[in-house]
Amino acid sequence: MIIILTNNNDNLRADGRAFDELRPLKIEAGVLEKADGSAYLEIGGNKILAAVYGPRELHVRRIMRPDMAVIRCRYNMAPFSVGERKRPGPDRRSVEISKITADALRPAIFLERFPRSTIDVFIEILEAEGGTRCAGITAASVALADAGIPMKDLVVSCAAGKANGNVILDLSEEEDKEGEADVPIAIMPRSGEISLLQMDGHITPDEFDKALNLAIEGCKQISEAQKNAIKNRYGEENG
Amino acid sequence: MVNIVPEITRKSIVELIENGERADGRSIDEYRDISVEVGVIEKAEGSARVKIGKTQLVVGIKPQIGDPFSDTPNVGVLMTNSELLPMASPLFEPGPPDERSVELARVTDRCLREGKILDLEKLCIIPGEKVWMIFVDIHVLDYDGNLMDAAVLGSVAALISAKIPNATVEDDKIVLDEENPVALPINEKPLMCTFAKINGELINDPSLDEENVMDARISIGVREDGSICAMQKGGEMPLTKEEVISAVSRTIEKTKELREYLP
Repeated sequence: MIIILTNNNDNLRADGRAFDELRPLKIEAGVLEKADGSAYLEIGGNKILAAVYGPRELHVRRIMRPDMAVIRCRYNMAPFSVGERKRPGPDRRSVEISKITADALRPAIFLERFPRSTIDVFIEILEAEGGTRCAGITAASVALADAGIPMKDLVVSCAAGKANGNVILDLSEEEDKEGEADVPIAIMPRSGEISLLQMDGHITPDEFDKALNLAIEGCKQISEAQKNAIKNRYGEENG
Repeated sequence: MVNIVPEITRKSIVELIENGERADGRSIDEYRDISVEVGVIEKAEGSARVKIGKTQLVVGIKPQIGDPFSDTPNVGVLMTNSELLPMASPLFEPGPPDERSVELARVTDRCLREGKILDLEKLCIIPGEKVWMIFVDIHVLDYDGNLMDAAVLGSVAALISAKIPNATVEDDKIVLDEENPVALPINEKPLMCTFAKINGELINDPSLDEENVMDARISIGVREDGSICAMQKGGEMPLTKEEVISAVSRTIEKTKELREYLP
């Protein structure tokens, strides 16, 4: 028998994961004292804190809704979270991510119960290793639940994409940089509805279909970890 | 947002302190539980997570190669920044650093700089052209009082534990050896003690409730030999000369305890 060694048949990625495998994941609820709700999340090399304040009084009248609460998000990267120091303060990227994070979370929250109020979500990227926007949304949902905000579902987010010609789940920093495409999504797992969808790169419709299904499967796995984080904090009975 | 302290809270804190007691059971000169953990951020060349009671912050160290200041062409640069994250307190708002944040960064910076924590001359790579710029970023995650002591303790711990690439010069080019990082040239280990003046008494490590009712505040930075490297008076009311002198000697004693938490 002749065995031909090629890289083409190698079923593994740079970090040894299978194509449909998530990075190691850890979620903890209720990690901060002052915030009404909080969560800490690690996935791969990402270290992320999310905190929620509210529902509370909204001082900015021009964005106030008389019939419901508004949700405001702030995604922020620590200067030391990346290789080259990031200058503190918002840039175009973090402003966009803040917006799509609020958009991703909004449909799950019963905002109509808190007219004229605000729910503030703060996401801090303490260390970044690819996929921070998804990890931030996933952590923010747990923080919202920890804050006791009434929700239809725990929004969960994960990316799939294409690197080295393969459709893969949960891109690492390297795969995101070197790869061909990145498709971050967020879903409400009970209904399967999609509340975040972005796509960056180059991909065929068939590959997109595959990536979308892969990302949904990834979301479902992460969703279990979210629920466990809440159960660990509050116990099965009250969870 | 205005912070209103109920009169009953103010009264109970003041009355306890009159009897030499505090709401959380501490004595006048006692710190809350302290923990210092280094190397918490792998992407940062140095990092530390500090908790003093329920106050929590993370300090990250990032080196960059840059141009020296024209008046000090042969020395490296140390820069300290802080962010009072809106997640840390309902009183903190998103946006550019406000005066509290700038004060925290500048007082910490003075304590580190005048405490001569780093031998900045050793951070010069090509005299007059390229030097190491060391950024100390203080990220406040949970605010329950006494940020200054926590910020200085975290910054010193992060700087001590930091490893930066070894920079050498070959044919006028800078060669960075990232495989064999080196520790920063640590000179001194300055630390800071903050006191709140409540009802004429100076108490160590004020909690947020105590800060909210304090008349005045004083922070003192000292080197290991007991010499003073930074001071900052805060709060609305004045201090007496005797109070200041007493705070200095108490700082020299108390920082000996804090020093044990350094790596």
